[in-house]
Amino acid sequence: MPTSTSPDAAAGADRHERRDRYDLAVIGAGPAGLAGAVAAADRGLRCALLDAGARPGGQYYRHPAPELGAARPDRLHHHWSTFTALADRLAAHRQAGRIRLLSDHHVFLLEADPAGGGTDAADRPHWRLHASTGERTSQLTAAAVLLATGAYERQLPFPGWTLPGVVTAGGAQAMLKAGLVLPGRRIVVAGSGPLLLAAAASLTAAGARVPAVVEAGDYLGYARRPGVLAAVPGKLGEGVTHGVALARHAVRLHRASAVVEAHGTERVTAVTVARLDADWRPVPGTERRIACDALAVGHGLVPQLELATELGAETRPVPDGTLALRVDARQRTTVPGLWAAGETCGVGGAELALAEGELAALAIAGDPQPPVALLARRRRLRGFAELMAAAHRPGAGWPGWLRPDTEVCRCEEVPAQRITEAVEELGATDARTVKLLTRAGMGWCQGRMCGPAVAVLAGMSEPSADRRPLSCPVRLGELAQLP
Amino acid sequence: MRRTPASLAAAEPGPAHTIEFDGRPIPALPGQSIAAALWAQGILAWRSTRIAGRPRGAFCGIGACYDCLATVDGQPNQRTCLLPAAPGTTVTTQEGHGRADLDLA
Ligand code: FES
Repeated sequence: MPTSTSPDAAAGADRHERRDRYDLAVIGAGPAGLAGAVAAADRGLRCALLDAGARPGGQYYRHPAPELGAARPDRLHHHWSTFTALADRLAAHRQAGRIRLLSDHHVFLLEADPAGGGTDAADRPHWRLHASTGERTSQLTAAAVLLATGAYERQLPFPGWTLPGVVTAGGAQAMLKAGLVLPGRRIVVAGSGPLLLAAAASLTAAGARVPAVVEAGDYLGYARRPGVLAAVPGKLGEGVTHGVALARHAVRLHRASAVVEAHGTERVTAVTVARLDADWRPVPGTERRIACDALAVGHGLVPQLELATELGAETRPVPDGTLALRVDARQRTTVPGLWAAGETCGVGGAELALAEGELAALAIAGDPQPPVALLARRRRLRGFAELMAAAHRPGAGWPGWLRPDTEVCRCEEVPAQRITEAVEELGATDARTVKLLTRAGMGWCQGRMCGPAVAVLAGMSEPSADRRPLSCPVRLGELAQLP
Repeated sequence: MRRTPASLAAAEPGPAHTIEFDGRPIPALPGQSIAAALWAQGILAWRSTRIAGRPRGAFCGIGACYDCLATVDGQPNQRTCLLPAAPGTTVTTQEGHGRADLDLA
């Protein structure tokens, strides 16, 4: 990744070079991280804001490269003005030297700084962050860290999911928002979770034909908790907006259904959709074929926690079957000096992430009492997030759509059969053992694509925290540069 | 007129330049990643897997899955969804581990 083009390298960097030490380091420049960094800088904290992407915004506010000359990037987004307001505040703070933005920086290791000393309050140890730019590593220290690393998409394998033209729902969104491209002209959208409706709406707006949205969960689950729904009218409005847009484009919504196979040899040409029972087992005889030249698929999001769990931070189970960081009312994790906001605390969307980022910043800046309205907003949105999570939790029967030769691990090309053998014949009882016996999850992506599926196939009913010493692949040459 | 991503975002990019994919010229818009430039031409695969030799291309689009690897300017295992398509970039389909030159297989 290029780093020399980072505006900081030219402009404000010299102001910081003497002292790579900050009051706060924010990891992730999506909604939570942006809100946290600007709120902390508003209160006078010197912040470093690190992000793996080329431009701030994270996956949610991902936008076209400036060279693409997009006059209306707002049409690719909801609430674009929220982002531009944050971006303006960020620019002002960078100008004033209160925030240093480090784009193209992937933080792969977070450690208590041995040279930190105890000059700060007890819950403010010094942290040392190691980031990779793909070519070199850089280090900085900070008194407090706000983890806003977001989430990645959960994938459940099915026959044909490795065919070209099958892409993640978030990936289709990301390529559209950043590169103004589509994977095909007739795109089926499938999986589970509210991201699907948003993806389908933006794909159709961009000129794709979406013959079907296939949702494995059942939206009726939401209706069982009318009180929680009524507390977040904005969320209902969003759902209705997407619904209306999709109806206008004659998009069919298949509920309690899944794509159980993608067909094609060199690329996807059609998918088979089947009804699911309450456990997500395909119901025989309900299959129908839908022609398409692309499939955008995803089963919700998994919080990205490695940096925190490696430090021993406690997690909590979320109703969608994932783990999130356990935080207190002020966004503190169980590790002193480490704070978290947004999807790392449980997937809940941009609005919640913004509120949590701000709450964390206020607490880190030492505000004794957070604004009541902000606390109330977080409570309402968190309540909705938990309801949403429950409605889209994968049922235990989804492995029913696998075939023995279905690849589960894309990187190492490990078929389902080999994993079943590891469990049934070799006695593996957890994902780690399966991994060692089959190489599933040992490839390039380090199990990010197959991890949740392998855990289920290994018979683990509860998710377990991912612990890995480095949060992304780092070149040996870069590691050798570590002090 | 048919709606496109560019028309939706009212994009007026600078003139397209050319990259090379497996020896043939491919137009790319300034600011696009290599993967995006290939998608724009309807190209979805630019790698074959190590074991079964199956075609792969971009899957996650954000640098997490490593399915979009290709040989770029002679360097194997480059994530094309992250790399900008700079003028004159050469991209070649990556076969297997992309280290045919080392004779490791
Ligand atoms: S498409 Fe997943 S890393 Fe490039």
